[in-house]
Amino acid sequence: MRWWQIRKRDADVERELQSDLDLEEEEQRERGVSPEEARHAARRAFGNPTLISEQTRAVWSWNGLENLFRDLRISLRTLFRSPGFSMIAVLVMASCIGATTSLFTVVRSVLLKPLPFRDPDRLLMIYEHFRDASMNTQGFNYNPVSPADYYDWRTQTHGFEDMAAWRYWQFNLTGERGELPELVSARGGSWNLFPLLGVYAAIGRTFIESEDRADGNAVILTWSLFERRFGGDPSIVGMQIHLDGKPYTVVGVLPKWFTYPDAKVQVWVPYASGLPPEILTHHDFHFSRVIARLRLDVSLANALSQVEAVQYGQHLQNLNAPVAEDVAPKTLIEDLAHDVKKPLIILLCAVGCLLLIGCLNVANLMVARSAARQKEIGVRSALGAGRMTLIREQLMESLLVSIAGGVIGVLLSLAATNWLVGTWMDLPNVQSIRADGVVLAFVCALIFASSLLAGLLPAISSTSKGAIAALQASSRNAAGSLSRTALRKTLLTVEIAATVVLLIAAGLLLKSFWRLRTTDVGCATDNVLTMGYSLPAKKYDSPQKVNAFNETLLEQVRTMPGVRSAGLGSMVPGAGAGEDDAFTIPEHPPIAPSTALPDALYRTADPGYFSALQIPLLKGRFFTSADRAGRSKTVIINRLLAQQYFPGENPLGKHLHVVPYGNADYEIVGIVADTLYQVGQPDKATMYFPVLNGGSVVGGLTLVLRTAADPLTISVPVQKLIAELDPQLPVSDVLTMQQIIERSLGNASLSASLVFGFAVLSLMLASVGLYGVLSYLMTQRTGEIGIRMALGARREQVVRLMLGDGLRPVLYGLVLGLVVSAGTVRLIQSMLYGTRPLDPAVFAAVAATLLATAALACLVPAWRASRIDPMQALRAE
Amino acid sequence: MAKHTRQRANVLQGTLDMLILRTLLYGPAHGHEIGKHIQRTTNDFLQMQHGSLYPALHRLEMRGWVVSKWEMAKDRNREFKYYRLTDKGRKQLAVEESQWKRMAEAVARIMWPAAKEG
Repeated sequence: MRWWQIRKRDADVERELQSDLDLEEEEQRERGVSPEEARHAARRAFGNPTLISEQTRAVWSWNGLENLFRDLRISLRTLFRSPGFSMIAVLVMASCIGATTSLFTVVRSVLLKPLPFRDPDRLLMIYEHFRDASMNTQGFNYNPVSPADYYDWRTQTHGFEDMAAWRYWQFNLTGERGELPELVSARGGSWNLFPLLGVYAAIGRTFIESEDRADGNAVILTWSLFERRFGGDPSIVGMQIHLDGKPYTVVGVLPKWFTYPDAKVQVWVPYASGLPPEILTHHDFHFSRVIARLRLDVSLANALSQVEAVQYGQHLQNLNAPVAEDVAPKTLIEDLAHDVKKPLIILLCAVGCLLLIGCLNVANLMVARSAARQKEIGVRSALGAGRMTLIREQLMESLLVSIAGGVIGVLLSLAATNWLVGTWMDLPNVQSIRADGVVLAFVCALIFASSLLAGLLPAISSTSKGAIAALQASSRNAAGSLSRTALRKTLLTVEIAATVVLLIAAGLLLKSFWRLRTTDVGCATDNVLTMGYSLPAKKYDSPQKVNAFNETLLEQVRTMPGVRSAGLGSMVPGAGAGEDDAFTIPEHPPIAPSTALPDALYRTADPGYFSALQIPLLKGRFFTSADRAGRSKTVIINRLLAQQYFPGENPLGKHLHVVPYGNADYEIVGIVADTLYQVGQPDKATMYFPVLNGGSVVGGLTLVLRTAADPLTISVPVQKLIAELDPQLPVSDVLTMQQIIERSLGNASLSASLVFGFAVLSLMLASVGLYGVLSYLMTQRTGEIGIRMALGARREQVVRLMLGDGLRPVLYGLVLGLVVSAGTVRLIQSMLYGTRPLDPAVFAAVAATLLATAALACLVPAWRASRIDPMQALRAE
Repeated sequence: MAKHTRQRANVLQGTLDMLILRTLLYGPAHGHEIGKHIQRTTNDFLQMQHGSLYPALHRLEMRGWVVSKWEMAKDRNREFKYYRLTDKGRKQLAVEESQWKRMAEAVARIMWPAAKEG
């Protein structure tokens, strides 16, 4: 309808009503009533003409939209009339919605979005699973697969379209024309991996079957290396590059989006390439990840049971070797997000809690305001405003606040998401983390949900009384606002309970983080510099050449000024688990054929390694330069190995028999103290072999330097020294011991401080809410307090009265929060280190903090109440 | 909203349209007449709310069941807005009447089952 038609229609309705009203009046007069009386009687019979005409017009007009605009206008006007309230409400909403959106964006990309492969629902990872209880102490174990198992699964089962495998690798990438050498992270992928995933090369092709063998020398570049090192020049395909000094032919470049399994991978080589062929026949070398694609016509259970049967058969044939009994499936997403899933979900719960607190806070502010607007609402409903209209209007207000908060929140969250992605280590699928349509829809849903949460309760409560009651209620009649006060106190109780839950989670995480930080790794951590290098097997093809390089290097760094001592080993404490191997003790009776062999971490060390790291010798001796290739077979064990496998006997002089390393017996010459391979993990049995045995080690060697002063100052001279010894040798991971431990703590500090931040924010919100409620209560009870004081109540009695009133919801909330926390801490139990989930110290500290903050928030209004001048309070009525 | 007394009832939701259409069967009438007629015919048992009468009239007009025209009243020297039943409105009345009848019978069958059997 056009606007002039609307106006004509309106005029028509007015005229119709007027004429009928006039008629009613005439009829009354004809009955002999006085003109004055007649008019009143007609009015009475008719009701409210304005309302009738409005309702009649509503039949014709675009009712909903017109009302919407009217509500919008009124709400905007009300919000602008109290800018302080509006600003606070919008800011609260913005920070809560922003934080929730950021977390949701990350969670969605990392945990919910399927990986960008063909038909990802039918892809899964298959691991080996050991039944042995000692393997399952850290939860269910997913053990990497040995190559022979993988080949057996692939050829002997029929439930999967195909199975592919990949393994970790790394290379020294050396330049053709004098570019700097670098250590690149690599993966060996079976030739069918990319077809299985449905991934095509962006340039060139992926591997073919004939390349997947020990001397296969094809290489695929990832997009990042292609752009960074080769300038994005497609002519690199077909050329050769040198990895560990060996020529490899570039057959293709992977698309830019392909960052599986992580974005650090630079090159892919065929799975079998560079592996000694006999390793492929081993059932106990667990280093492969297997991806399988389920056939359309086979159920997962059926397909897996076939694999299981094959695996159990292998287990029975290799009873003494670590060959698992079972297999365990895992989705690709779960596999990638394993380490971050728990912290992400906890953070999401935390922001959810924060959002709830924010909404309750806005609801609280709204109740306070609607109380102040009680008269206005009374007058309006007396004039014919329906209850629905009033509720709609208030909801519109909270919707406006939420929308404004949501828009600002989304902008905040864009920045916050970027920060989170940048700060969070090892977040998988990072390149796909961005706000998209789904996130936008989520924000919209969030806005509506929070506006309902924040607006509905206050709206219903403020309109629940009839017009008459609202108009009658005066400030002297305090009972009129009791129900509203009760509502505010209930909101506050819930708010405080949620705050307590957050505070306790934060307290536990912080305490556990502090425990991690102060863990003794078991070696020197101050002024220790480490750096890694990996001697390529092609150039250093004999133990003599390897030893020559290592010993020259050690000799030269030991004479450098500022270096106190230097050592060389495969890994330093805190750098991870690395390799582990099974062993037997020839002096002991043979192990029953059906039990698994003992197992220990495998490390190498030079004669100076232990003293450089200040790892104490408990018994026997360190290595000497005589412990080298071809002379003697010696090993040093740690205290735990001695304790576990040589209880009550002297290990020195006994032997360890380690199958993979030359199938020889190594004499135990020393026992050293335990060190942690990773902070937060228990000690593990460890055996150290002499570095000077000279074999090349997967993962390379770590040079350890203890310095007199800041270790980083000598990092450049040492790197120069290495470059002089071998210009083709890249140095990697130049880190101080402190940095290694920091890395090993992972994201514990991040999630602890984020949850702590949310908790502090919610504590602030709760205390603001508390302050608001009590101030409002005080205004309501000014008259009452005036009377009390006029009758002789002392000021401290008034303070006590008001404090008691304010602290009661706090106490209820605290108790409720503590009870809920006792249930929810189970969720974070597995993230805690050295901290019990029901840690009494944390619970007590949280209770004390909350009470202190709450008392402070209540004290101000209570003190103000006690300053009321009774005369003035009573006169103001 | 005003409370209704025991003896009086508000027009049942949904039946107002039918009552208006039926009233207009006697000939064109304006809003006041329609309201008065319904009230008077039921001996003041059904109370007309103007707040629902006028919206109902306009709703009927919008659906094309009645048409309206400003006409001079016979007994008064003034124009009133007269509503007149259309053919479509006549059909609608038949439909609503039969629906109401079935409804009333159904209710009666539940309320007084013995009377039906006897």
